Amino acid sequence: MARIIVDVMPKPEILDPQGKAVHGALPRLGFESVSDVRQGKRFELQVELADESTLAEVHQIAETLLSNPVIEDFTVRVES
Amino acid sequence: MKIGIVTFPGSLDDVDAQRAVRLAGGEPVALWHGDRDLKGVDAVILPGGFSYGDYLRCGAIARFAPVMTEVVAAAQGGMPVLGICNGFQILCESHLLPGALIRNDHRTFVCRDQVLVVENPDTAWTSDYAEGQRITIPLKNGEGGFIADEPTLDRLEGEGQVVFRYVGSNPNGSLRDIAGITNERGNVVGLMPHPEHAVEDLCGPGTDGLAFFTSAVRQLTSV
Repeated sequence: MARIIVDVMPKPEILDPQGKAVHGALPRLGFESVSDVRQGKRFELQVELADESTLAEVHQIAETLLSNPVIEDFTVRVES
Repeated sequence: MKIGIVTFPGSLDDVDAQRAVRLAGGEPVALWHGDRDLKGVDAVILPGGFSYGDYLRCGAIARFAPVMTEVVAAAQGGMPVLGICNGFQILCESHLLPGALIRNDHRTFVCRDQVLVVENPDTAWTSDYAEGQRITIPLKNGEGGFIADEPTLDRLEGEGQVVFRYVGSNPNGSLRDIAGITNERGNVVGLMPHPEHAVEDLCGPGTDGLAFFTSAVRQLTSV
């Protein structure tokens, strides 16, 4: 078994109100060093074998369902 | 004149939309998300609510419901389709309309009577309005910020595909105050505010929303 990780993030130019809310909470907790927060999603996909064709399929899954290309970017990697 | 209203798990405003169709003189037909045919309807409404719990992204899972395969094909063939709130989000996720809806810029749910200006009275759902007419209908959403890239926004404005704009303060951060848009053909319309909640004097801010439904019924009857 192998695990494929798909990370989905809002595109840099897209407003991320959730990240902003998290960022806004940090100073209230006494954390002053963080200048920005962006919030995304992480998907863990369990597969039999992380070969080339499976990875191609996962790319397709990420593109059609896991992310919306209008507002989000994604990356695919195999967890070692 | 049969207008289908799709109920997804989590739809809230399907019955209100059915009632609005009835008040406009049409025959509402209930469609279920698992249906694989449209039961002979002449138009389709995707109602507001939280289909599939808004999991993943608003409208992202509804897009792949069996009934949506039929709705997409019918819309591409010219059938009038109206998406209200969650229905608008589903239309964007289905790529029947450009752009996307993201969380309100102020991060809170908004629920209020909203003034809109009608910019395009030539769509299947707005022909009973006049250009420049101001209408007041309820707005209620947490993820109603309309966004698209600059070329898309320019194209929407240049081609007259902006159907409604917010008047007064922008309620959710929608770019260029866009409240509703249409496709190039004018048969598919999506908007965040809720016309189906403004069809009777008894409740809601008035009857400004009724013309959505009379527009479609009148056009379908005259075909």
